[in-house]
Amino acid sequence: MSTEPEGTPPAIATSGLVRRYGERAALDEVTLSLETGSTLVVFGPNGAGKSTLLRVLATLLRPTAGTASVLGRDVRREGWAVRGRIGFLGHAPLLYGDLSARENLAYHARLHGLRGTAATERIDELLGAVGLERRGDDRVHAYSRGMVQRLAVCRAVLHDPEVLLLDEPRANLDPAAAEQVEPLIGRSSGRTRVVTSHDPAGGLAEGDVALGLRAGRQALLAPAADVTAEQIGELYR
Amino acid sequence: MPTTRKLYGTRLRALSILTAVVLTGGFALAAFYAPIEADQGFSQKIFYLHVPLAIVSLCGFIFGGICAIQYLRTNDPRHDLRAYTAIHQSLIFCAAALVTGSIWAKAAWGQWWVWDEPTLVSFLIVFLLYATYQPLRFSIEDPEKQSRYAAVFAIVAGAFVPLNFLAVRLANPLIHPRVLNSSGGSLPVDMKAAFYACLIGMALLFVTLWKYEMTAKHNRAQLRSLKRKLGGPDAAAIRGRSAAPRVSAS
Amino acid sequence: MSAPSPPSTLGAARAVLAKELRLERRAPQTLVAMALFSAMTYVVFHFALRRDTVEGDLASGVLWVTLTLAALLGIGRLFVADRDEGGLEGFLLAPVDRTALLFAKAGALLAFLAALELVAVPLFAVLLLGPSPGAGTWLRLVAVLLLADLGIAVVGTLVAAIAVQTRARDLITSILALPLLLPVVIAAARASAPLLALHGDHALTGRWPAVLGLYDLVFGLLAYALFDFLVED
Repeated sequence: MSTEPEGTPPAIATSGLVRRYGERAALDEVTLSLETGSTLVVFGPNGAGKSTLLRVLATLLRPTAGTASVLGRDVRREGWAVRGRIGFLGHAPLLYGDLSARENLAYHARLHGLRGTAATERIDELLGAVGLERRGDDRVHAYSRGMVQRLAVCRAVLHDPEVLLLDEPRANLDPAAAEQVEPLIGRSSGRTRVVTSHDPAGGLAEGDVALGLRAGRQALLAPAADVTAEQIGELYR
Repeated sequence: MPTTRKLYGTRLRALSILTAVVLTGGFALAAFYAPIEADQGFSQKIFYLHVPLAIVSLCGFIFGGICAIQYLRTNDPRHDLRAYTAIHQSLIFCAAALVTGSIWAKAAWGQWWVWDEPTLVSFLIVFLLYATYQPLRFSIEDPEKQSRYAAVFAIVAGAFVPLNFLAVRLANPLIHPRVLNSSGGSLPVDMKAAFYACLIGMALLFVTLWKYEMTAKHNRAQLRSLKRKLGGPDAAAIRGRSAAPRVSAS
Repeated sequence: MSAPSPPSTLGAARAVLAKELRLERRAPQTLVAMALFSAMTYVVFHFALRRDTVEGDLASGVLWVTLTLAALLGIGRLFVADRDEGGLEGFLLAPVDRTALLFAKAGALLAFLAALELVAVPLFAVLLLGPSPGAGTWLRLVAVLLLADLGIAVVGTLVAAIAVQTRARDLITSILALPLLLPVVIAAARASAPLLALHGDHALTGRWPAVLGLYDLVFGLLAYALFDFLVED
C-alpha cells in the first residue's frame, strides 16, 4: 500500500474525534489513520456523519474534542498550513452562478496563489480534461447539473492538492462524465483520498481502507479487502 | 454526583441579606435624611433611584463585554453564561433607569420625555441596541455559534457605549444644570450619604440577582441531568430553541 | 506542478473584491435598488414634510436619513450570495487570512455606497435642496461623505456577517445596524448642516469630522480583531 520509510506521519489521522452540535454528536470518537497515496472509503446512512468527517478534515469545522491531523498538521491549530494542499468536493459546488466557468476557476486560482499564464494554462488543461472547454465562457447558472459537478471537480483539483476529500463525487455524473473525472480524482490520480460512498461493491473496489459510520459512531474500520458488501449493508439497517 | 464543586449557590443567603439591608437603608436615607431640593420638591428624590440604576446598568453592560472577551479567548461556556446573564439583567436595569428618568422629567419639567438631556437620550439608544441581544441569540440555532456571535456583539456594543455618549453629548450644546451632573462631585454631605448608599445597594442587588439567575439555571440543568440518569434519556424534556446559553450540569 | 505559494492577505482581498464588483456588474440588483430607494425616499419626504425645498439642518437630516436607510439595503445583501451559493466555503478552503474577507467586503460596501452617492446626492440637490453650494462646499461635503462611508462600511460588514448566520437576516440587520450607526448619522448630519445652509460661511468645524474619524478608527480596529470569530466554525 505504501512504500514510505518508517517514521513518516500518516497522511490523515484522527484520534477520538468528536464533533457536537449542541447536545447531538455528529461524530463520536472516530479514530483512524490513512497512509499517503491510499484511499479511505466512508460508508454510512444519511446523517451518520460522513460529511461532517470530511468537513473537519478540510478544516471547515473545528473538532469539539479529540484530534485530527492532515499531512502531519493538526487541523485545529495548524489548519492554515495545509489548506492549500487539500482539495475538497462537498455537496455544494462552491461556484457563483453569475460568473462563467473560467471566471470561477480564475477566482479560486487566485485565492490559492495561482496567477497569470500559469493559472490560465491550468484552467484550460482542466476544462479540456472534463470536456467543458467550449462552454468555458458561459455562466454557470446555464450549466446542467452534470456540468456543474464536473466544474466543481476542476475547482477541487485546481491547485494540485496532495489530499482529496470527496463527498459523493460522482453524484449527477453519467458514466461518460465519471470516466472523464477519474484521472483527476479517482484512484489513478495517485493522491491520498477520502471518499464517501453509498455503493458497497463499487466503494470497496476503489478503496484501500473502509470506514463504516452509524449515528456518528465508528461501526467498522478495516482494510477494504477484508470487508464484504453484506457488512456494509448492515450499517443501513 | 458532583457535590464538591460549589460554583453556584455559594454565599447567596448572606448576599441577599446584605443587599436587603443596604438597599433599604439607602432608600430610608434618601426618603427621610436627605434634604428636599429647593426647586423640584420631594419628587426629586427619584434621582436616588434613577442614577444608581443607570450607573449599575452601564457597568453591567461593560462587565458583559469583558465576560464575552473571556469567552472568545478561552471558549469556556461559563463565561458565556456570565455575559448573557449580566447583559440581560442590565437591560432590565436600563429599562428601569429610563422609566424613572421619565418620571423625573415629568415631575421636574412637566414632560414625559426631554430630548435635551443627553444622558437620558444616550440611555435610550443603548437600550435599543442591547434589546437586540436576545433576539439575535434566539435566531441562531447552533449553540456554539450562538455563544460566539453573541460574544462578538457584546464586545462591539460595549465599545459602542462610550462613543455613543460622546456623540450625543456633543450634539447637545445646551446642558441644563442638573443634580445628575454634579453627582459624586459637589453634592452636599447628606445627599452624598444617601446617594452612595443607594448606589452600593443597587450594585449589590445586581450581583445578587445575577448570582441567583445563574444558580437557578445551573440547578435546572442538574435536575435534568439527574432525571435522565435515573429515568433514561426520555425522562426529561429536551430543550428547544432558546436564547439562553446551554448550561452543563457538571 | 508544485504547490503554488499562498497569496498575501491584500492580494486575496483584491481577488475577492474584484469578484464582488464583477458579480454586481453582472447582476446589478443591489445598486439599482439602493438608488431607486433613495429617489423614492426623497419623494416621501417631500410629501411628509410638505416642503418644496429644504436647507441647513433639515436638508442635512433628510439626506442622511435617506443614505443610512439605503445603506441598510446594501448591508443586508452583502453576504447573501456567499451564503446561498456556498462561496464562503470556497474562501475558507483557501490558504488565506480570513481578514482578507473583511477588507474585501468592507471595500465592496464602500464602493457601493460611493456609487450610490454619485447618484443620490446630485438627485437630492435637484429635487429637494434649496441652496446651491459652491465647489468648495461640495468638496467639504464629499469629505464628510467619505469619512461617514468608511464607518458605515466597517460596521455594516460586521453586522452583515452576524446577520447572515441568523434565521431572521433582514430583521436582525436593521435592528442591529441602526443603533450602531447612530454616532455616524449624528456626526455626519451635524457636519453637513452648515454646508447645506442658505446663509453662513459653509465651514466645516473640526469636531464632527474628528468624531467620525474616531468612530472609524475604533470600529475598524474592533472589526479587525473580531472578524475571524464570525467566519470560522
